[in-house]
Amino acid sequence: MSSSERLLDTGQPGPISGDPIVGAGVRRAGWGWLLGLILPLALALGYEAAVRLGWSNCRLLPPPSRIIATFVALAASGELARHIAATMGRVALGFVLGVAAGTILGALTGTFALARRLLDPSFQALRSIPSIAWVPIFILWFGIFELSKVLLIAVGVFFPIYLALSAAILNLDRKLIEVGRIFRLSQGAMIWRVLLPATLPAYFVALRTGLGLGWMFVVAAEFMGASEGLGFLLTDGQMTGNAPEILASILAFALLGKLTDWGIVLVSDHVLRWQDSLRPRR
Amino acid sequence: MGIVGESGCGKSTLLRIASGLEGLTGGGVLLNGKGITAPHPEIGMVFQEPRLMPWLTIRENVAFGIRALPASERQSRVDRALERVGLTSFAAAWPLELSGGMAQRASLARALVEQPSVLLLDEPFSALDALTRADLQDHLADLWSEDRPTVVLVTHDIEEALFLSDRVLVMRGRPGQIRAEVRCDLPRPRDRAGATFQALKRQILAELQHSVGSRSTVGATATPAGIIPFATARAG
Repeated sequence: MSSSERLLDTGQPGPISGDPIVGAGVRRAGWGWLLGLILPLALALGYEAAVRLGWSNCRLLPPPSRIIATFVALAASGELARHIAATMGRVALGFVLGVAAGTILGALTGTFALARRLLDPSFQALRSIPSIAWVPIFILWFGIFELSKVLLIAVGVFFPIYLALSAAILNLDRKLIEVGRIFRLSQGAMIWRVLLPATLPAYFVALRTGLGLGWMFVVAAEFMGASEGLGFLLTDGQMTGNAPEILASILAFALLGKLTDWGIVLVSDHVLRWQDSLRPRR
Repeated sequence: MGIVGESGCGKSTLLRIASGLEGLTGGGVLLNGKGITAPHPEIGMVFQEPRLMPWLTIRENVAFGIRALPASERQSRVDRALERVGLTSFAAAWPLELSGGMAQRASLARALVEQPSVLLLDEPFSALDALTRADLQDHLADLWSEDRPTVVLVTHDIEEALFLSDRVLVMRGRPGQIRAEVRCDLPRPRDRAGATFQALKRQILAELQHSVGSRSTVGATATPAGIIPFATARAG
């Protein structure tokens, strides 16, 4: 025991608390994020003042107060909730489909060389097509209703997930696999206990990228012709010359995108808590 | 048993074959009369790097190989292994929070917890600084004296091989061959500065030197004088 106690003392100083890097991180995590609010708030207040003083024509570029008022009015009438529900539903369904397909095919091409040789070139070719270019043919094939919209979103979500998972499995640390072999893990146990956790960091980044693209493509999808949804609200605002309505729906997009992304970050921070050992956990 | 030799002579490959990680082109590895062609529960392995799963705590890492055991047995074995390597208070830490020496001790605990009768060590301390390395060597000698598994240690550190082994095999050439065996029956714990120790060290050095001498026809750079600072630097 005496030798092990001595060993504890002579271990190299690890990245444990007290490290200057950690200290800086803590300070930034406190109120530092408020700094980022200064510029947008100043611009908003400045423009508001400019409109009030009559320096600016407010018909095409409404002041923040009008945008917020429109937003509140839409929310109060229940109309905003209806549009958000429609858009969220499409994004959710497309996201689930895209993630499922990307995960299955990414795992397949990452694991099996034959599948990679067979499938990967085609996916790489398809990936280079701007996804908006699919819109006309999707409408022809799947109609102008929900199916074509959901599929377009799924296509957008698919590629980042597929690419990241396939690459993460290919670049997996052989050394950890060998540890699994030394302990005679079965194929299934190797996947569950080594492969899956090792690819999770890349996978979560891909989920965030995929979700971002999902929000992007839902707008394109709803431009194809929709009777409800935030994308419809955008085109409606354009047709009726209602700038506050356009900006209010943009605001809604920003809030929803941020909130859903934050949800993934929350989950990933928990699942990947072993990664941020540089940040204090308690 | 220690195996020393110049880099590239196949020491590690030999160990990887013995562990069952790598296949054979000829010959065989026997454990109690049975051939080894795949990883075996009686054979534990520690690599040059700790190779801990970064997503598992130290406790979970140590328990990695004994999933099949009942929970209570698992618990007591892991507790004991952690205590033996002095990491009890770090059981809940993540590998990224540990220093190199501590991580390598966790890796040693992971191999010990399966209670193998043969422990293969592939340059286990070569990535550590000199102080930590000497401490871990002491520690390994302590651990060995408890239940005395057969340990095969591959290293390029002659002093480490002598400090820990009863037999030191000198490997050399390409393809590698065992060219000499040096026995060391000094009492433990061994004094690294003792006269006999130093004499044995010189003997092993001479064997290694010999191998370089035989290859020196290739170029003037591989002079016998050139290998001595290299070897002693590693041993320091």
